[in-house]
Amino acid sequence: MFRRQGSHCVASFAQDEVRVLRKVAGEVVGLLTDGFDHDDPVVDRLFPAIYPDEPAESEEVRRYTEGDLKTAKIDQAGAILAGLPSEGSGDVALDAEEAEAWLRAINDARLAMGIRLEITGDTDLGEELDDAVLHDPTSTRVFQLSVYAYLGYLQESLLHALIDG
Amino acid sequence: MAAPQIAPEKTPDIEELPAEDRPWVTIVWDDPVNLMTYVTWVFQKLFGYSREKAEELMLAVHHKGRAVVSTGARERMEHDASQLHAYGLWATVDRQ
Repeated sequence: MFRRQGSHCVASFAQDEVRVLRKVAGEVVGLLTDGFDHDDPVVDRLFPAIYPDEPAESEEVRRYTEGDLKTAKIDQAGAILAGLPSEGSGDVALDAEEAEAWLRAINDARLAMGIRLEITGDTDLGEELDDAVLHDPTSTRVFQLSVYAYLGYLQESLLHALIDG
Repeated sequence: MAAPQIAPEKTPDIEELPAEDRPWVTIVWDDPVNLMTYVTWVFQKLFGYSREKAEELMLAVHHKGRAVVSTGARERMEHDASQLHAYGLWATVDRQ
């Protein structure tokens, strides 16, 4: 988890954490490049229609905003990949600009996972995880829910390190 | 120098104005993923709102399902919504 050290937000990541963060950031990049498809509910959530009841007008706005938005999202996911140790465990130190890119990128990853995991306003993450473990502790869902919860804690810790110092 | 301002006799109610005279607004919708602290931070960051004002808006989104976060010209609202999308907030544009 992140903490403040001088002007930087710093964290030490274990090998597993580095691996997971690389994986989720890489998946976001994949989603925004080769896998980009507006029919994918994740893409729909990351690039919502500006005028939900006016598809033609939304399309018009999208024509001049989507390119920049997509580039920004790829760059922010790239900031995670660039900031992490290339292999093994290691420390990360982010200046304010890098911390903001990480915050946005972690948020994109959580939004994508939230759609795939069908997280709703009524979801109790602890209960979901308990149910999934009871069902099959080795399932992908257990792993995905754990990663989703981990990213939430990581984002919160980074936000506190950035604004509260 | 600015001319002295004369207060209008009656401020027209926004709801009574014909659609084309109503200002445009950026609306942020509630979603189950974004952290409350993160949403507050985004409002401060993008709009320069005080922490109190940003928290008030965040709570309005959370409890009422949506809140108007900025008001103005249509192009400006489209820009605001697009900026909010860069931060992963669910924003749309409408007339007030």
